[in-house]
Amino acid sequence: MDDRRTAAGRKSAPAVRSEASHAYQALGSSEAREAPAAVEAFKEGLDARLVVERGAFRLDVALRVAPGEVAALLGPNGAGKTTALRALAGLTTLTGGRLRLDGAALEDVPPESRPVGVVFQDYLLFPHLSALDNVAFGPRCQGATRAQARARAAEWLRRLGLADHADAKPRRLSGGQAQRVALARALATRPRLLLLDEPLAALDARTRLEVRAQLRRHLAEFEAVAVLVTHDPLDAMVLADRLVVVEDGRVVQEGAPSDIARHPRSDYIARLVGLNLYRGDSDGHVVRLGAGPSITTTEVLSGPVFVAFPPSAVTLYRERPAGASARNLWRCEVAGLETHRDLVRADLSGELPLAADLTTVAAAELDLRPGAEVWATVKATQTHAYPV
Amino acid sequence: MTLFDEPEPETASEATTGSLRGGTPGRRFRGGGGAPLPLLVPALIGLAFLIVPLVALLVRAPWRSLPGQLTSAEVWQALRLSLLCATAATAVSLLLGVPLAWLLARVRFPGRGLVRALVTLPLVLPPVVGGVALLTALGRNGVVGRWLDSWFGITLPFTTGGVVIAEAFVAMPFLVISVEGTLRAADPRYEEAAATLGASRFTAFRRVTLPLIMPGIAAGAVLAWARALGEFGATITFAGNFPGRTQTMPLAVYLALQSDPEAAMALSLVLLAVSVAVLAGLRDRWMTTGG
Repeated sequence: MDDRRTAAGRKSAPAVRSEASHAYQALGSSEAREAPAAVEAFKEGLDARLVVERGAFRLDVALRVAPGEVAALLGPNGAGKTTALRALAGLTTLTGGRLRLDGAALEDVPPESRPVGVVFQDYLLFPHLSALDNVAFGPRCQGATRAQARARAAEWLRRLGLADHADAKPRRLSGGQAQRVALARALATRPRLLLLDEPLAALDARTRLEVRAQLRRHLAEFEAVAVLVTHDPLDAMVLADRLVVVEDGRVVQEGAPSDIARHPRSDYIARLVGLNLYRGDSDGHVVRLGAGPSITTTEVLSGPVFVAFPPSAVTLYRERPAGASARNLWRCEVAGLETHRDLVRADLSGELPLAADLTTVAAAELDLRPGAEVWATVKATQTHAYPV
Repeated sequence: MTLFDEPEPETASEATTGSLRGGTPGRRFRGGGGAPLPLLVPALIGLAFLIVPLVALLVRAPWRSLPGQLTSAEVWQALRLSLLCATAATAVSLLLGVPLAWLLARVRFPGRGLVRALVTLPLVLPPVVGGVALLTALGRNGVVGRWLDSWFGITLPFTTGGVVIAEAFVAMPFLVISVEGTLRAADPRYEEAAATLGASRFTAFRRVTLPLIMPGIAAGAVLAWARALGEFGATITFAGNFPGRTQTMPLAVYLALQSDPEAAMALSLVLLAVSVAVLAGLRDRWMTTGG
């Protein structure tokens, strides 16, 4: 019988290991990306190299974002994303690097004088002020009269669909409303750089979907630089034009969301987008993974490459499949099983550690359980190899 | 199997049902009924110790002559002076104490622990010592008072201003402690949010922090005011006891006790009433925490 059970479009969940965890070391470090000549040429938008050293932790992230562009800093917790954001806002002092916004140096400018707006993770709306006065706070600090500031705030609230909630205190706003008030408050200062720290993290799953779509629209209208920080790849991919993946205080990959999803260069990203990822040396169709097994691909490449394939492309057998070619056939052992809705994600160890998706029915028929021995195959057409 | 298994469910069921039954060990510490005698007896004596004097004051109070006592000019004079000076001392404490509390809570500087200890010292210092210290500093020949006198012609001891100074010296630490605690509990990120909106540190303090810590400031102010109202030692040492100028209620009570105990009791009743009113004003803050 056909034991192959495939899974359709799932974004998150674990996959990938082997050589991939060290993949980023081969990537251009921040120094490499910094051609000195380009610094002068970058008169508009954000041009920064953020270096913050705190004890054993070192953040060193280079960021270039053009006006109208939305960049997302994506990375696991503790990667330094929020530190980078705080450094951009001036709330954390840079220990090195540089920070230019529209050509002006901001390193020594205090936070209150930077043309920067921040939407904080838990919004930090002033609890004693109404939504209107929260939004009017920035314009007031910039020297507008009370009447002017309130008029400007009312306009922003109207634009974000909050006109009816102008007099509400923050505690009476829903999560989505509070988020929009926070956005209005940040935008009301007319920032040249808008920073959003985990803008959707405080919302429940249902409002999240709606707010994400709204936020995308508002960010698309924003004409200056926007940088957001998130650990959620879906948020990043929906909201941002460009992803900057940060791990351990360093940029490990950056590019368009679709490109990163297709060509992950680190364990973390591969896991986020749900791919098995390996690094090895290619010679023609065959990619040799160190001293271990090899993977046959359709691409013809030579030298160091990444190979990726989705867990749904893996077929499992309890017995060595008769007549199957020896290509892309590995003997594995079930290390763990996880259920997501009607799918089972099997974590396999052995010749080639990988993740495989199959239906619960198939898992039952195969009698999969931790410790069980299985044979895994992947068609060469389902793999994707690309140079390091 | 059964030998080892049986005791476990039994103890488990006892533990779970035990909390439901009355009089089990879990309950004994909560209700008063099961309190052990070595704790209960001193507790009740302590309670009586605190309450009996107040009850005695109410019982022995010269209720009949009270209206006459309280409408006398001397009493009103002392009461007015007390309220005025306590309020002024509270105002001074607020003006100087809130910024001091902010400094202690928000700014890191070397010796901060020592400064905090010095600020709280008047809390434990005998008020008379405070009065002597104030005289040494602000007296006409004092370390600072000498200059105040020769440059500005200001003399503080034995004046109404001196009463305010003495009361503020004793009361301000209460305010500082209360406000500093509230500031520490308040989320400093609100100040950061204000900074990103263009607010200077002072604007952030005035428009964001201050409203957020208002409950702590109010509580501290009430505490300081009550402490200032009852201030005796530092006041009589530094400001003396001149009717109409420096003779506050506690001083008047003490003086009256020597010549006219009924008047002393009447005055004490007024102060007791004021204290009860203060407590009532604070009940939301403290009385409810006990459940």
